[in-house]
Amino acid sequence: MSIKSTTDFTPSAGFTPPTRFAVPGRISVNNLTAATWQRATLTEVRRETPHAATFRFAVPDWEGHLPGQHLMLRLRAGDGYVAQRHYSIASPPDDTGHIELTLDHVDGGEVSGWFHTVAEPGDEVEVRGPLSGFFAWPGDRPALLVGAGSGVVPLMSMVRHHRARGLSVPLRLLVSARGPEELIYASEYGAETTPVFTRTAPEGVPVGRVSAAHVAALLADRPEGGWEAYVCGSNGFAEHASRLLVDAGQPVDRIRIERFG
Amino acid sequence: MNVTRGFTGRPRVRNDGLPPGQYDAGDDWPVLSAEVTPDLAPAEWRFTVDGLVAEPRTWNWDEAHALPPSAYEGDIHCVTSWSKFGVRFGGASLDAFLDTARPAPEATHVIAYSHTGYTANLPLADLTGGRAWIVWEYGDGPLPAEHGGPARLIVPHLYFWKSVKWIAGLRLLDHDEPGFWEQNGYHHRGNPWEEQRYSGD
Repeated sequence: MSIKSTTDFTPSAGFTPPTRFAVPGRISVNNLTAATWQRATLTEVRRETPHAATFRFAVPDWEGHLPGQHLMLRLRAGDGYVAQRHYSIASPPDDTGHIELTLDHVDGGEVSGWFHTVAEPGDEVEVRGPLSGFFAWPGDRPALLVGAGSGVVPLMSMVRHHRARGLSVPLRLLVSARGPEELIYASEYGAETTPVFTRTAPEGVPVGRVSAAHVAALLADRPEGGWEAYVCGSNGFAEHASRLLVDAGQPVDRIRIERFG
Repeated sequence: MNVTRGFTGRPRVRNDGLPPGQYDAGDDWPVLSAEVTPDLAPAEWRFTVDGLVAEPRTWNWDEAHALPPSAYEGDIHCVTSWSKFGVRFGGASLDAFLDTARPAPEATHVIAYSHTGYTANLPLADLTGGRAWIVWEYGDGPLPAEHGGPARLIVPHLYFWKSVKWIAGLRLLDHDEPGFWEQNGYHHRGNPWEEQRYSGD
């Protein structure tokens, strides 16, 4: 691991705006690592839901990442055309020399379409990263994770990290999906997770959006030092969930948001 | 890099307006702010220009609207690879604000900051000469809050993270100081035509 800082990253001296930034980076990022393209070899594909699958890559020179970080991935066509996308990293930090991404099959998506219909173990792509420190969770603070759809991907890296390291710091996950068959990582969740189903639910489970009641139930259980909230999903979901958190008393400067785009 | 086996990509459209590595997002306009969208009323909005200027100055909503109207009509480019064509932002040219504050000869760089505390650094030269605006309209309506309303900076010839939402002010400096994303591995200038995405590009 090249990233060791576990406190909010504050730049050295210099200009400070009148309002302290709501969500300072949690870690400093290695700019050289962020700028270097590396070869990644697909080693395994696992289906998660009818629309999402996990792709495991061998990246021998991977410098390590923290849960919540993302990378940039690019594909090149025979005529030189290049397509690149940002993807959150699903796997926790480990020393296996592998990383995992979980990708939705986006309608008409040229990159996700390639992954879902063409890619097979042995194929090579290029990645660079890890990128961005503001959504990283070093495992130091109580974490309240709220995600929808494939927005759960960076949050799952946090859940897996929490388990793998046997961390005692509180962690809760509120995850929204259209229905049980669309719930990514369904078999991996434990007592820390509350699934919410918006279209169809198992017998006896209510159908509806993430609500004030869900958020109130989590915030009522306030750990020492309060929660650091991480929200990930579509912009519509992120706006909805972050407003619920603010309305329930979660401080604005303790809400980090990663929106699809 | 090597050719990716079996990858063809979307149909090639000749589009001289598309910088390298970008795609046309069409009608979509993704929102990528890292913080909660602030609840900021026009009456509360202020915009300050200070630092290395002859006359530090703060404008309120009405004072900013009293400046000569100016609009940007054209394209915008996000570092996450989408570009959006044919947008219109209405407001006032940043030159009108800077002409009042009068940058000192030694001013070379600017930190633009938002009412949420977000920051981005820019060379002063990228903000003058009719290339930057403070805007409060998108299309024919008010700029939506999630896109930076009531008012944001736009610097459309650079990647859009430089176009600070909920703009609160500019501090003029005689040196370059990295802003939020620039401290997080992103390029100091962010010219999409030279594909300056990350530090070292």
